[in-house]
Amino acid sequence: MRNIKSVALIASFAAVLSACSSSPKLTETPVVEQSPVTQAAPPPADTTRDIRRVETGNVDALNDPKGVLANRSVYFDFDSYVVRDDGKPVVENHSAYLAKNKQRHILIQGNTDDRGGTEYNLALGQKRAEAVRKSMAALGVADGQMEAVSLGEEKPKATGSGESVWAENRRADIVYQ
Amino acid sequence: MKKLHTLLFSASLMMGAAAHAQLRVEIAGVGSNQIPVAVAGFADESVAPEQVSAIIRADLERSGVFKVIDARQTISDSASPDLGAFKSAGADALVVGSVQRMPDGRLQIRYKLHDTVKKTQLSQLSDAVSARNTRLEGHRIADDIYEKLTGVRGIFATRIAYVKENRAGRDYQLVVADADGEGEQVAAHGKEPIISPAWSPDGTKVAYVSFEMRKPVIYVQNLVTGQRTVVANEKGSNSAPSWSPDGTRLALALSKTGNTQIYVVNADGSGLRRVSNSNGIDTEPQFSADGQSIYFTSDRSGGPQVYKMSAGGGQATRVTFNGSYNISPRVSSDGKTLAWISQRDGGYSLYAMDLASGQEQRLADSASEPSFSPNGKYIMYATKGGGRVALAVVSVDGRVKQRLSTQAGNIREPSWGPFMK
Repeated sequence: MRNIKSVALIASFAAVLSACSSSPKLTETPVVEQSPVTQAAPPPADTTRDIRRVETGNVDALNDPKGVLANRSVYFDFDSYVVRDDGKPVVENHSAYLAKNKQRHILIQGNTDDRGGTEYNLALGQKRAEAVRKSMAALGVADGQMEAVSLGEEKPKATGSGESVWAENRRADIVYQ
Repeated sequence: MKKLHTLLFSASLMMGAAAHAQLRVEIAGVGSNQIPVAVAGFADESVAPEQVSAIIRADLERSGVFKVIDARQTISDSASPDLGAFKSAGADALVVGSVQRMPDGRLQIRYKLHDTVKKTQLSQLSDAVSARNTRLEGHRIADDIYEKLTGVRGIFATRIAYVKENRAGRDYQLVVADADGEGEQVAAHGKEPIISPAWSPDGTKVAYVSFEMRKPVIYVQNLVTGQRTVVANEKGSNSAPSWSPDGTRLALALSKTGNTQIYVVNADGSGLRRVSNSNGIDTEPQFSADGQSIYFTSDRSGGPQVYKMSAGGGQATRVTFNGSYNISPRVSSDGKTLAWISQRDGGYSLYAMDLASGQEQRLADSASEPSFSPNGKYIMYATKGGGRVALAVVSVDGRVKQRLSTQAGNIREPSWGPFMK
């Protein structure tokens, strides 16, 4: 009797465990009911004690506006392609996320201010994007997850001229695909 | 007094022509050794949608090479004008002509060019064109006059491509227009930047860089069919296309290895191969007119400088030495002149160098993205002024300057198209 009882306990424990393991992954997108017309008839009266679960969803760390991943810009000094100290946390946080989420891919878009030539600036922006890419590779992000590209002077964040504007445009942006 | 009247009259003609233009042309610093040419009204030219003689006058004036004298009368190509009288009035040549509507609706446009000194006929043309090609035929006649009187092929019937952008409105257009800025047609339009347009040598296609895939990718667009192909979409950035003189290949700048280097690819995107080899930036490749060499920008010595190498790759030799920032090399069709942008004293200026002597000349300030006219006599470039970017043209001797301005937005990245058959 005592044995049977413990078997039942183990069985129910296992059931709970399996229920846990079948719960959706945090990153899974909610499934939308496709065709209500073909749905089964309403359940019989004796199952009215069953609970229909509702998924409330969750915020992907990537989409949390207050999270560390919300900052996606790395800034550079004039004529420099070295990731500064203030850019290192940005690189580290995104590297950690990408190392854990191997299915995610990013574009690293390098940018320059508008002084100088269009095509030469495009090549300079590329050097900034490459600097971020190399830092992320060193932190364990796979090459296949990222692509360093350049927008040169074509997509300035700040418009006008002067050091504060130029500083804002000397940057690389991390763009999730 | 007569001279003043002529000047005023031709000036008002210019303004009349400009009123219709999307791009307004302003001329400054006209050359001193101008050839005086009298242009008569063409007989019955009112049957055409535009005055052919006015188009010719405007073209000849704009070139800076001619002093246009208004004949103040209509003279048909079939008439026998008193050439001695025009010689006495100061004209070395006289342009006459006629327009006739044909039964099929086309226009028969005839012209003759007379030498008033030798009292001989120098040239004539007779073409049947559709009414909408009146302007083009005017440009062709002006080209013929230019060639017969200077010995150099004219560029009035050529076309230009440039980018019109409104960044705030996220509106970008690749535009094709006549060399005088008239007849704008949009070839590509979108919400992402377009840069570096380059005409194919036969004038049917334009290669350019579009950011519509959130990175620079090189396209070739057939202007006639509207068909567009991706020529390079490698990992990283794809940019700076330029055509080989025979139109079979393109030189490009790709960052697929991490640093921007120069590659050559077949015009259909096949057969990609790397031709430059440095640890720094190599970009802005330009084939020489004979296709044997590639001029390019490289920062291998520190700052950017212009270099030259064989089109197949290999050892590069440095071409620019003055100043620490020399970019955007372009070579004239005769291979004798290099135009480029140099930063000196803080500003970016357009320079030209005689490649044989190494002699440099500063042609314009606040300049970027130079492009030679196909006859090598003019350079178009983008210029910043009053917060806006506009296009300007300068003669290679620096004497004649024109500014092509527009009402709204920035106009940049000009590319001067080839001679058309």
